Amino acid sequence: MLETISFLSKIMIPAILAFIPLYAAYRKIPVYESFVEGAKEGFPTAIQLIPHLVGMMVAVSVFRETGALQFYLGLFKPLVAWVGFPEEALPLGLLRPISGSGSLAFAESIFRTHGPDSYLGRLASTVQGSTDTTLYVLTVYFGAVGVRRSLYAVKVGLFADLCGLVASWWVVTWVFGM
Amino acid sequence: MVNYIWLFMIVSGVVAGVIQGNVDTVTEAALKGAKDGVAVCLGLISILVFWLGMMRIAQEAGLLEKLARILGPAARFLFPDVPRDHPAMGYILSNMSANLFGLGNAATPMGLKAMEELQKLNPDPKTASPAMCTLLALNTSSLTLIPTTIIGIRMEHGSANPTEIIGTTIFATCCSTLAAILLDRWYRTRWTAKE
Repeated sequence: MLETISFLSKIMIPAILAFIPLYAAYRKIPVYESFVEGAKEGFPTAIQLIPHLVGMMVAVSVFRETGALQFYLGLFKPLVAWVGFPEEALPLGLLRPISGSGSLAFAESIFRTHGPDSYLGRLASTVQGSTDTTLYVLTVYFGAVGVRRSLYAVKVGLFADLCGLVASWWVVTWVFGM
Repeated sequence: MVNYIWLFMIVSGVVAGVIQGNVDTVTEAALKGAKDGVAVCLGLISILVFWLGMMRIAQEAGLLEKLARILGPAARFLFPDVPRDHPAMGYILSNMSANLFGLGNAATPMGLKAMEELQKLNPDPKTASPAMCTLLALNTSSLTLIPTTIIGIRMEHGSANPTEIIGTTIFATCCSTLAAILLDRWYRTRWTAKE
């Protein structure tokens, strides 16, 4: 089952790459011209994202690099110790929703110190793989269409991250043991 | 809420810098963040140009409509206020399939295209519509079958079994996606009632 899935994921892009133009040619679509026509939209979209991403990443960077993040992590420690969540993995839980590269770097540092096949390594892998960076997704998706008021979307995203974190913790402990 | 989070991160960062006596880090961090933001956007250019080109071929060939028709029932449940044959449906479904197969690169352009189509249905372009919030919820919780990035990094670090976390990841991602869908539904009902 797992092998089938990873095989599928490997051949997915080549398959799409061959299938879409072939099918379109069969339907008498000028394939190259429509590719260029659609691709034109890519550049303006990416450029339009610059102010949104710069704004968000400045805030995340200032929050992380100045030690503010460390300070809030300290506040969370007693709570985390109380529920029994592994303290070393706490930064990952807090970083995951705000910074994709930050949480990935943290997961890598866990791999280096504890090994990818340790309890912490497996937990970090599962947390990292199971959700996306909420703040980034929000910035990019709403930024691209110029939406300013995001209603309840942030709350939903952050709550889902929390559920993903708790679920990862539970399932890794249950499947692999401490 | 984004405004508060943004303000909170900046202000607590500056305060932390001042307390620790190294105000320089604040400036450095801010400029580094700005640089990273631009770098991410530049990196997105190639991905967006490529996939939006492919998507246009798929759309003109009628493939997106086909996809929307096959996977329609699930999408109609999640997006009740998007008309059945609206182009948004096709993009939403290609975005979801790309996520499912761990093709994060392809998922973003398709998701942005879906947002664009949803924006056309949105009565107030400055405010997100409930359908946009649902699409966002699906993407932040990112339902995926294969966490490709993390498997690659596990391999690099010499894991004996890099793919062993696929099962636990699928479980965790299902939990977070389910939570996102339920909470989104709850807020959406309250929001629609208020409107």
